[in-house]
Amino acid sequence: MTERPAVQRLANDHALAASNPTPAVHLRDAGLTFGDRTLWDHLSLDIAPGEFVAVLGPNGAGKTSLLRVLLGMQKLTTGSVTVDGRPVNRGSRRIGYVPQQRNFDPTLPVRARDLVSFGVDGHRWGIPLPSRSRTAAVNRALAQVGATRYADAPVGMLSGGEQQRLRIAQALVTDPSVLLCDEPLLSLDLAHQQAVADLIDKRRKEFDTAVVFVTHEINPILPMVDRVLYLVDGRFRIGAPDEVMTSSVLSELYGAPIDVLHAGDQIVVLGTDHHAHHGEHDVVKAIP
Amino acid sequence: MMSTSLLMPSALPDPLRSEWFSLPSISEQLPYVHGALIAGLILGVLGGLIGPLIQARDLAFAVHGTSEMSFAGGAAALLFFGQGVAATGTIVATGSIVGSVLAAVLFGVLGQRARDRNSAIGVILPFGLGLGVLFLALYPGRSSNKFGLLIGQIVSVSDNQLWLLSGVAVVVIAGLAVMARPLLFASVDPDVAAARGVPVRGLTLVFMLLLGLTVAMTVQVVGALLVLALLITPTAAAARITASPLWVTVWSVIFAVVSAVGGIILSLTPGLPTSPFITSLAFAIYLVCRVIGAIRVRRGWSKRGAGSLTPVAVAAGSAQPSH
Repeated sequence: MTERPAVQRLANDHALAASNPTPAVHLRDAGLTFGDRTLWDHLSLDIAPGEFVAVLGPNGAGKTSLLRVLLGMQKLTTGSVTVDGRPVNRGSRRIGYVPQQRNFDPTLPVRARDLVSFGVDGHRWGIPLPSRSRTAAVNRALAQVGATRYADAPVGMLSGGEQQRLRIAQALVTDPSVLLCDEPLLSLDLAHQQAVADLIDKRRKEFDTAVVFVTHEINPILPMVDRVLYLVDGRFRIGAPDEVMTSSVLSELYGAPIDVLHAGDQIVVLGTDHHAHHGEHDVVKAIP
Repeated sequence: MMSTSLLMPSALPDPLRSEWFSLPSISEQLPYVHGALIAGLILGVLGGLIGPLIQARDLAFAVHGTSEMSFAGGAAALLFFGQGVAATGTIVATGSIVGSVLAAVLFGVLGQRARDRNSAIGVILPFGLGLGVLFLALYPGRSSNKFGLLIGQIVSVSDNQLWLLSGVAVVVIAGLAVMARPLLFASVDPDVAAARGVPVRGLTLVFMLLLGLTVAMTVQVVGALLVLALLITPTAAAARITASPLWVTVWSVIFAVVSAVGGIILSLTPGLPTSPFITSLAFAIYLVCRVIGAIRVRRGWSKRGAGSLTPVAVAAGSAQPSH
């Protein structure tokens, strides 16, 4: 991996990051290699408190692996990473994690509030004794995402959008300084995508929570994204959406001609692998 | 002995003429079955406690597979170590524990995803059952032992078995008390649990070990074919009427104890095997709970809870300009 395309030059002199002495996320010359396959390396990125960074790229580009590094579940091969100025450790309360929506069995013996309370002390051993402070924290988190009405409903009987609200409440219940989201909008309908994205946006604005948002689909979050990290096959580009989501930058990243169309306030990317899988999706999205 | 005659097919009453329920007959026989009642109580508590975790992990089929391997293990122990030995009960119990713990841990290693696991269990299960049948056929001892492991022999539970059962119950209950919360977290939401630092794989293995022990004990009492009646049915019933992890556990313990102890008592008058009474009670409870659950869902449990009207009304009211 000696030859480096020009797109790997770092666009890291972002004003937000420079202005704050302790970035929420700090990656310095980070690299991740599995065997002889390098997902990415020489990745330097400072994410400021309250900044919203979208991580895009085709499957296998190492987007989820980047989240796993920040979660402390995956060690960097090279370089260093800190969250809130401290080294990452697995299970840190400074990090909230929102995964993809997955279906729960309707008879699963877990209510909405139980799912959220896992975020408080689900990792602790021993019998969970009733705790007023836990109940208060859970109620607060449920109220923050507008889930109070179905707090006692079984999670398996809730819609995908309602479940994702609960996951956000679960991730926020420890009051983290960084929110890591791994395709949280996948398999939600448009209205719910918007509602869930708005919740995340509201949170980071009110509490200065940094957001790292892995997605295939930038359009639902486009208005809130400060910067994009676009990963393709070991190459990457960091910058504002307007700088990165262009035909020339993506063509350079993919090493193949890519067309980026702007249709109203939507972006349509034509010619990527990801487009081949999700093309229908993109076209549908572009219509409204 | 009254207690052994209960199991003998020759003691079957004429179903048309004999009584099905008689208090005098029950009180007369109770002293002979108090061991069985204690066993039923312990098993009910065990099954009721572990059931919600089985349900949360989607392990019903693994439990069935484990119980068949427990039967095979017991049958193998009887054939290879039980000949000419007086205490065959202990040997069978040991064999069935080894069989079910091995099977449970194996199913745990097979992975988290129920779909991958289920086909593997479906492959192993008939093989184990077939081996068990073969071992029993080759065993030259008394024939009354032959199907005890399949359909249950609670009435003839020995003191040794009771002690073993109590010891296992203490281990399983202590283990569950320590790890129930992270285990439920890991079962419901493995990705987030792992991100939060829960040792998901390690917990799976320890849980499967405890499950194997529980299944082995239950096989001793209700038999391999009917284990599901104490480990699955009570929780399935409880989950129809509540979604709170605590209350599902409480109800499933109650249902399992009522099924096990009630089934034993009900079987005394007609002098029939206990298993059908245990399973019928469990099934009846399940049916009642399904009806209650259906009514709850129709009234809006799935969505906004019983009080759904109140907040909407309050919100609508507060939206009006006051005074």
